[in-house]
Amino acid sequence: MRSEATRDAYGRVLAELGKENPNIVVLDADLSVSTKTCIFAKAFPDRFFDMGIAEQDMIGTAAGLAAAGKIAFASTFAVFATGRAWDQIRMSVAYTRLNVKIAATHAGITTGEDGASHQANEDIAIMRALPNMTVVVPADALETEKVIRAAVAHYGPMYIRLSRPKVPVVTEGINYDFKIGQGAVLRDGRDATVIACGLMVGKALEAAALLERTGLSVRVVDLHTIKPLDQELIVRCAEETGAIVTAEEHSILGGLGGAVAETLVENAVVPMLRVGLHDVFGESGTPDELLAKYDLTPESIAAAVTAVVKRKK
Amino acid sequence: MNVTDLAARANKLRQHIIQMTCAASSGHPGGSLSAADIIAVLYFHQLNHRPQEPNWPERDRFVMSKGHAAPVLYAALAETGYFPVDYLKTLRRVDSALQGHIDMLSVPGIEMSTGSLGQGLSTANGMALAARLDRKSWRVYCLLGDGECQEGQVWEAAMTAAHYKLDNLTAIVDHNKFQIDGCLEDIKDPRPFADKWRAFGWNVLTCNGHDFKALISALDKAGKTKGKPSVIIADTIKGKGVSFMEANPLDYHGKAPSAEEEKRALGELCRLPGPGQ
Repeated sequence: MRSEATRDAYGRVLAELGKENPNIVVLDADLSVSTKTCIFAKAFPDRFFDMGIAEQDMIGTAAGLAAAGKIAFASTFAVFATGRAWDQIRMSVAYTRLNVKIAATHAGITTGEDGASHQANEDIAIMRALPNMTVVVPADALETEKVIRAAVAHYGPMYIRLSRPKVPVVTEGINYDFKIGQGAVLRDGRDATVIACGLMVGKALEAAALLERTGLSVRVVDLHTIKPLDQELIVRCAEETGAIVTAEEHSILGGLGGAVAETLVENAVVPMLRVGLHDVFGESGTPDELLAKYDLTPESIAAAVTAVVKRKK
Repeated sequence: MNVTDLAARANKLRQHIIQMTCAASSGHPGGSLSAADIIAVLYFHQLNHRPQEPNWPERDRFVMSKGHAAPVLYAALAETGYFPVDYLKTLRRVDSALQGHIDMLSVPGIEMSTGSLGQGLSTANGMALAARLDRKSWRVYCLLGDGECQEGQVWEAAMTAAHYKLDNLTAIVDHNKFQIDGCLEDIKDPRPFADKWRAFGWNVLTCNGHDFKALISALDKAGKTKGKPSVIIADTIKGKGVSFMEANPLDYHGKAPSAEEEKRALGELCRLPGPGQ
């Protein structure tokens, strides 16, 4: 299976879209080589604005460009985009419902060696709390292409969470309709459902394969859109499989796991466990070392599934 | 519009500010009154706009970064015909479009929502960049508070405007010397303004913010300056036009006049329509 980082797919597709749509403008905060907006910058220098190390100003400028009719993509690392500029996103993008796409890379613990200061593990929670904001976390490079194209076609504020390392293109060869706001069942199963986003979708598919050998039939849902949440699908999975595990490269507080838990407790109470970071900061290390150390592995997901299935009546 | 007419218009805006904030029992009269002459010059003289066609693509854009001075902007929008003057009395009421701090989605003629300070200039820069990309001749104006210049983002945006040589942008600082907790020099002095903005690469103009001729002349000079953005440091008086507010600006930053105070204020304003009095 081929591998590609979601940030690489973003940079590549953004430059393609720049050719198709002269209304697209791109902003970055001195990280264009890492976020891959440098590809767009090289192709369309007039429509690229490097704002320097000034994330708050970048978001405000993007809002102004959008207010004047542009489709503005603003990129930097997820921790700076959402943390440093949260009030600017709230005030100038979400409240105004402007057409700004915050495409943030280096989300999650797999930012790796840079350590905790650079690892956004809270970004889904704080973006999802904003009215008018759409929150999307593509599973792999192929899905990222679909997300970026859909983002251009969709009017309004959007947070797109991308990551640094190469990850297997797990959705390749799986036939599903990609639509913002609609989760995708990538593998069907009867005994439990793993609902995942981002690179944890691939881990969830691996976990399902591991569990198949132990006799458990596990459904895997790629919930790429955290907001608006596909509540109908979540409830259906709870009713049909009777147990839910969420898996995200993010804090278990307020992100995918939080969103799914809110839906289940109000609509269909079934045994549930959340795989994710347990209210801790990360640390330096390679992405794979950190995923293993913080239990973001197929084995951790499989263990959680085994545990929730035991709790089923 | 001549200076006498502008003075009458500004006086009318001040009367609305007093009546609106009194009716709402809350709001920010002090910083609205200090900006009233600037807003009058912009809306009745400078801005190329069509109140009957708020989304006219060729219009000049005005960003009110000091979003708490909403009453003076609402008054100007009503007086120029964006919505009925009678609607002003709904300020800050539930279900009213006239939010405590300005909301671009609820009121026609507002280009950007503000209220959390320090953010307007960045958005004005974005609009100016878009105008340049589209080869449009419309200009962008942005009004900032002097206390607001304590926000770091203002200076990020100042760097951006200068770096991108946004000569289609004019910023105006309403320099009324007071913020909620006290006067600027006692809280954390953001001055000297002229030196700072100049050091950030701007064309700096200073004038009396209650002198219509001086404001018009500064705006003209700003419009003719090429290769860099311009800022007008407008020297103003907090509470301008209402004697007891001018005398106690700290009491009227974010406090509405009582019914008795409204009567006194309107009495003064109706008596003294001219500028600089």
